[in-house]
Amino acid sequence: MSTDDPIIEFAGVNKWFGEFHVLRDINLRVAKGERIVICGPSGSGKSTLIRCINRLEEHQQGRLVVDGTELSDDLKAIDAIRRSVGMVFQQFNLFPHLTVLQNLTLAPMWVGRVPKKLAEERAMQQLQRVRIAEQAGKYPLQLSGGQQQRVAIARALCLTPKIMLFDEPTSALDPEMINEVLDVMIELAGLGITMLCVTHEMGFARSVADRVIFMDHGQIVEENTPDEFFNHPKNERTRDFLSKILAH
Amino acid sequence: MAAPPPKVRRWSWRSQAFRGLVYQIVALLLVLAAGAYLLHNTLENMRVRGIKSGFDFITQPAGFSIGESIIPFDSADSYGKAFAVGLSNTLRVAVVGIVLATLLGTLIGVGRLSRNFLLRTLCGAYVEFFRNVPLLLQLFIWYFILTETLPPIEEALRPLAGVYFSKNGLQFPIPLWAGAHGFTLAGLALGCLGAWVWSRLRRRHFDATGIARPLFLPGLAILLGMTVLGWLAGGSPAELDIPEKTTLNVVGGGSVTPEYLTVLIGLTIYTASYIAEIVRGGIQAVAYGQHEASAALGLSRGMEMRLVLLPQALRVIIPPVTSQYLNLTKNSSLAVAVGYPDLVSISNTSLNQTGRAIECIAIIMACYLTLSLLTSWFMNAYNRRALIKER
Amino acid sequence: MTSSDAAFVPVASRPPPMQVRGVLPWIRRNLFDGWANTLATLVVLGLLVWALPPVIRWGLVNAVFGADNVACRALAESGACWGVVAEKYRLILFGRYPYAEQWRPLLASLLMVSAIAASCYRPFWRAWLMPLWVVVLATFFMLMFGGRFGLAPVETSSWGGLPLTVLLSTVSLVVAFPLAVLVALGRQSRLPGIRTICVLYVELIRGVPLISVLFMASFMFPLFMPQGTTIDVLLRVLLGMTLFTAAYLAEVVRGGLQALPKGQVEAAQSLGLGYWQTTLMIVLPQALRLVVPAIMNTFIGAFKDTSLVTIVSLYDLTGALQLAMGDANWRKFFFEGQLFVAAIYFVFCYAMSRYSRWIERHLNTGTRRM
Repeated sequence: MSTDDPIIEFAGVNKWFGEFHVLRDINLRVAKGERIVICGPSGSGKSTLIRCINRLEEHQQGRLVVDGTELSDDLKAIDAIRRSVGMVFQQFNLFPHLTVLQNLTLAPMWVGRVPKKLAEERAMQQLQRVRIAEQAGKYPLQLSGGQQQRVAIARALCLTPKIMLFDEPTSALDPEMINEVLDVMIELAGLGITMLCVTHEMGFARSVADRVIFMDHGQIVEENTPDEFFNHPKNERTRDFLSKILAH
Repeated sequence: MAAPPPKVRRWSWRSQAFRGLVYQIVALLLVLAAGAYLLHNTLENMRVRGIKSGFDFITQPAGFSIGESIIPFDSADSYGKAFAVGLSNTLRVAVVGIVLATLLGTLIGVGRLSRNFLLRTLCGAYVEFFRNVPLLLQLFIWYFILTETLPPIEEALRPLAGVYFSKNGLQFPIPLWAGAHGFTLAGLALGCLGAWVWSRLRRRHFDATGIARPLFLPGLAILLGMTVLGWLAGGSPAELDIPEKTTLNVVGGGSVTPEYLTVLIGLTIYTASYIAEIVRGGIQAVAYGQHEASAALGLSRGMEMRLVLLPQALRVIIPPVTSQYLNLTKNSSLAVAVGYPDLVSISNTSLNQTGRAIECIAIIMACYLTLSLLTSWFMNAYNRRALIKER
Repeated sequence: MTSSDAAFVPVASRPPPMQVRGVLPWIRRNLFDGWANTLATLVVLGLLVWALPPVIRWGLVNAVFGADNVACRALAESGACWGVVAEKYRLILFGRYPYAEQWRPLLASLLMVSAIAASCYRPFWRAWLMPLWVVVLATFFMLMFGGRFGLAPVETSSWGGLPLTVLLSTVSLVVAFPLAVLVALGRQSRLPGIRTICVLYVELIRGVPLISVLFMASFMFPLFMPQGTTIDVLLRVLLGMTLFTAAYLAEVVRGGLQALPKGQVEAAQSLGLGYWQTTLMIVLPQALRLVVPAIMNTFIGAFKDTSLVTIVSLYDLTGALQLAMGDANWRKFFFEGQLFVAAIYFVFCYAMSRYSRWIERHLNTGTRRM
């Protein structure tokens, strides 16, 4: 695979929830190291799109290739892809019955077959990177929302993924905590990891994204650089959406 | 909008769908194999021991008599009829038990939330005591009380005129059925209809003008009034069959045996303790904020109870209470231990007499399963209607 | 009016004008708060005054405590004859176990109960608990069965009383629990074949009374065995009780599985954990914690349900009582015997329900929200 090949490629991908056509003819190529922000009204299929990448959702039609492997029914392929894709959820989804450190070392030890000492060392490094190393012994529910989300990011990073997916990471946070999480994400963006982020934080999009994608009713309506996207939206629906979320 | 394409199956162990299929086939094969093995053994054993099988014994004469039943039965009647009597006995104790247990349980559940410390403690003690002792032991205790401590029938207790209580059970006056009673029943039916019509009219009036006319008293008056009118129209038959005490016996009137009373009282008191906890939980589950909101809106205590508290509490209460009703019905099977001829008891006797273990047990299980499924179905229907719609 | 020149003076905390603490205010609030409350208090006090003295007179003052049949008969209902307990307690507690060997079931029960109590204590939840249980169970059976180490052999049909109750409840619960977890997981499965098998099992067993399951076990299991072999009565009943308890436990566990937020499984999947890894490390620890009260309730129910084996002629605690009262001399005082047995059950069950509340609080400290 040459460096020009996209690390993620959607070719004619369609998905249905029962009768409901949630993803329609998605064609998307994501280059290695590219940072993409996906926005759109609720129900437009943005979360479903990125959840297809690590097979949390199954697409019924079309081709989806991640890091050179095509996503299909093949269990080995799915396992390999999940090891190189990290995900951060809106509801954090930390494991409440394990400490922060245990949350981070669980996957490397049991999936990556890393010995415990080494796993803990790497976990502490990640916790330091997200500036929360002193909470390693605490339980998730003893931390604030912003701290929990940073732990979730560290947990995803412990597997040294090539791709990081963010599904509305700051939507469940109190306003004063959004910035601490965005700061971590901006730092990550500078490291060269491919990032796909579903979010409403347009400031983040403007400062970090290489491309902004707007989705509506399951289709990619418009994609462009942040500059072009925010200042010269081409599509009527994009303009409509932007006017609603940029009002205040 | 195109329809989803058909699934493509890949025949490889790495395919998720294929693996799932394999697991299912293996599981089914295991279950079938186990079943076949057991069946083979059973048939072998039955052949060797000379046990016959088949449901043909249902039509044969039973050869035993039944202690009590509401339909006449003697030993020449078929096994099938015996089972029917057993089922009727089970229902007889279960239905009355359910009604009494609900009343008692609700009272005690509400009592546990009382502001009065003594009342709270008393109700709490009731619940703790009757929940922590096995039902079978409680039935034995009640049986002992009802058959050993009560006086024999020659010296029966007389708590009310015409009511006699002794070792042989409870005897009470019952009205003699006369044809004229049909009018009374017709009156009752008309009264129900009338009360329902009144409630609809009242509702319409309320929607139109906002004035709420009373519902309960007029409705009750219509019900009772029509029943009395019907009774009068039939020539007011007033004959009662009153038990009379002779030197050695009490004759006449309706009666219930101590076995029936044991099962009824035991089941009621035991199940009431569980229902009390459920009712308490249901009332407490309605968030306190609801009470505050009602008060802020100016609703009176009665209106708040009827419009806000009860509907929400009932949604929480009804599913577990329904399963308690089912438990009560299943627990009535313990009647076999005190000699009350319910379904299980009669099945046991038939089993011992005919040796058709599998058939008899299959009959009991089928009956109880039907009752369970009916109750589950009813409860699911209620749940679907009552569910607070969420996004 | 400006407040700028008025300097801020902090006000120290003062006690309230009306008394809120103390015995008298408490009495006023809880017993005489309003006329309905006062009426209730008076009625209940009246009932107690009417009922309590005769009960105390019967149970304590006039009672006979020694195993004296003559004195008991002389009482003629005016006092309780606790002598029946003194006379019959060995029969009630140990059933038909040979008199001279009764130290064995006593020891065995104490062992089992201690093991249970130890398992309840959190600091003991270590790796050596499993092997310890194996040793305890082995010792229990060795003591009860005998036949080795110079102990006289005793058949299971002679086992009875408290050891039998403890054995039935413990073993059936220990075996039912993993079975219930598997069935609950199966019911959640996406595979319709496995789901159907589990649903059928649970609904069939839950729809029928325990008595019919015990009858089925008693009468039908011998038919299921290969020609020529027999299956021990105790084993049949144990199997029946296990299957029954497992069905109810499976529903409880399923409730916990359904209450777990879907995000937990998704997070585990996105980290690359497989199905069994996710289930054992993420799903079950949380789901089971969620339903601890319901699990404990099922345990208490199973303990009480062991009394039903009386009906299939196994003499557990309740059955042994029936046996003991076969003696015509003491039959009149059945009631006192029943109260004794009821008290034993009550102590066990009440202890279990208190423990349930404790463990619920204890297990949730790690998951309590700030």
